[in-house]
Amino acid sequence: MIRLEGITKTYGTYAALQGIDLSVRDGEFLALLGPSGSGKTTLLRIIAGLAFPDSGRVLFNGEDVTQLKVAQRKVGFVFQHYALFKHMTIADNVGFGLSVRSRRERPSAAAIRARAHELLELVQLAGLADRYPAQLSGGQRQRVALARALAVEPQMLLLDEPFGALDAKVRKTLRRWLRDLHRQMGLTSIFVTHDQEEALELADRIVVMDKGLIEQVGTAEQVYMEPASAFVSDFVGETNHLPGGFHVRPHDIEIVEGEGQPVRVENVFRKGGNWRIEGRHQALGQVIEFDLDAQRTPPLVGALVQVRPQRLKAFTGNPEDFHEHA
Amino acid sequence: MKPVSSGGVRAALILATLGFLALFLFLPLVVVFTEALAKGIEAYALALVEPDALSAIRLTLTVAAIAVPVNLVFGVVAAWAITKFEFPGKSLLITLIDLPFSVSPVVAGLIYVLVFGAQGWLGPWLTEHDIQIVFAVPGIVLATVFVTFPFVARELIPLMLEQGSADEEAALSLGASGLQTFLRVTLPNVRWGLLYGVLLCNARAMGEFGAVSVVSGHLRGLTNTMPLHVEILYNEYNFVAAFAVASLLAALALLTLVLKSLVEARFHPHERRTGS
Ligand SMILES: Nc1ncnc2c1ncn2[C@@H]1O[C@H](COP(=O)(O)OP(=O)(O)OP(=O)(O)O)[C@@H](O)[C@H]1O
Ligand SMILES: [Mg+2]
Repeated sequence: MIRLEGITKTYGTYAALQGIDLSVRDGEFLALLGPSGSGKTTLLRIIAGLAFPDSGRVLFNGEDVTQLKVAQRKVGFVFQHYALFKHMTIADNVGFGLSVRSRRERPSAAAIRARAHELLELVQLAGLADRYPAQLSGGQRQRVALARALAVEPQMLLLDEPFGALDAKVRKTLRRWLRDLHRQMGLTSIFVTHDQEEALELADRIVVMDKGLIEQVGTAEQVYMEPASAFVSDFVGETNHLPGGFHVRPHDIEIVEGEGQPVRVENVFRKGGNWRIEGRHQALGQVIEFDLDAQRTPPLVGALVQVRPQRLKAFTGNPEDFHEHA
Repeated sequence: MKPVSSGGVRAALILATLGFLALFLFLPLVVVFTEALAKGIEAYALALVEPDALSAIRLTLTVAAIAVPVNLVFGVVAAWAITKFEFPGKSLLITLIDLPFSVSPVVAGLIYVLVFGAQGWLGPWLTEHDIQIVFAVPGIVLATVFVTFPFVARELIPLMLEQGSADEEAALSLGASGLQTFLRVTLPNVRWGLLYGVLLCNARAMGEFGAVSVVSGHLRGLTNTMPLHVEILYNEYNFVAAFAVASLLAALALLTLVLKSLVEARFHPHERRTGS
């Protein structure tokens, strides 16, 4: 189990992390989700031992590892841009962690090579052992980086934006593949992302971060349905901001026959299995977005429809909530 | 742009460049070799095996053999410190590394005379202990080291900055020690840039005139390097011998150019970041 207690980190005068408390269970697949600059990478690097907190403690299975360097923490780290050794073959990259062990613990060259091949098979790249990183696609490099991290049998896997540099199609395939791999191996894994869809699809639990603080920790369902703050509601999924600090998701607004709130339709377009309708709320004077099942006939632009919000969530004390949702 | 006019411009530019190169580079080279061989191959060979010439060649090789490894180590250490660590005085260090480029070599030589010469700061102490630096080989080595120390560091710093430290962090996270990381990741990542820097450093170490001239004392057969020997022969109107020794330096320059282009040919297609 990983425990973080009161972690802070300041760069110059900028507080990148302002007191992080978090527990990660064994075998869990955890996502660190947040906008750019929220401190995700910094936190991941502190867990790995690539950076050190100004205050607070990092505990692995109850043992204080705050001062331990990365080499002693037995973590597998996958870098955003893979950081493969470009002068080594793929097999040598994967075997690197074993080949730098002290003479007593180091397997024979043949054993290292065999282990590298085993791992390359696991990541489905068995045929590419003798190529160089430059000769691989982005998705293949990513999997090599993963195999290399796994070769040293780490007690946890830390991934910084593992799919960040890939195109949408490869991302999706790789995402599913990584989830299966995690189910198969059961290795405690933490990955950083600023893509909420990725977090919702992969993670057992999601840690939503903003400005160096944790806003909420919960399952995808909790974070989406019971956002703990206006920020979470806004960042995870889409939200209409209504006056008084009320948030309502587009799919929670229904068109009704008869008595409702009048909305003048301004734009209609298809969004997956739904129609997305943008219309001006007549009483509030602001534009709201809502969804309609694509099976039904959408209203015409300029038409006046009656709507009723099904689920409203109130967040008080944040003046930002009164702004119109763009 | 119209292709016709741009074609004309291009031809003119290329011609101008070639003309310039022919005048300032090719012609002198030809002159060096024709003058050296003006009295036949025998006179040429004799000028090279004459004891003072041999001694100058030996001294030049010795000086380079000391200065280049010293600056190789210094350059790697300085580049490593500057690019991978944060410390106070870093920008000052970067400026200091460039100093030999901005100071006239003659001034550099004079500084050594002022510090180590008989009348210099350390002069009395050195005399007392019977150590001679100025007007002796140690002074020549020191001056050469000073003049050539930016080459390796200057070549490595931008390269290492561009590569960042992700590769090193990856190696460390896989359990490598600092030394293993350096030998197996950092060094291979910069090997072509390093070789390039060493070539330039070596060429300058063998060719340096100004700083060495000040500290050498021009003792024939003792403290004359090849460039100094060339000057002495030339001043004695011994043109064949002067150009014969100069032709060795020119050959060295040509060899450096060839090696440099070989290194660059390897450097470019392959050494781009494969990370992103
Ligand atoms: N080495 C550093 N020196 C100075 N400031 C830093 C350093 N590393 C991070 N920061 C600052 O700390 C803040 C958090 O950075 P961090 O990289 O953790 O963000 P992130 O959540 O990973 O963002 P992104 O999604 O863009 O990667 C940023 O404002 C960043 O500018
Ligand atoms: Mg980041």
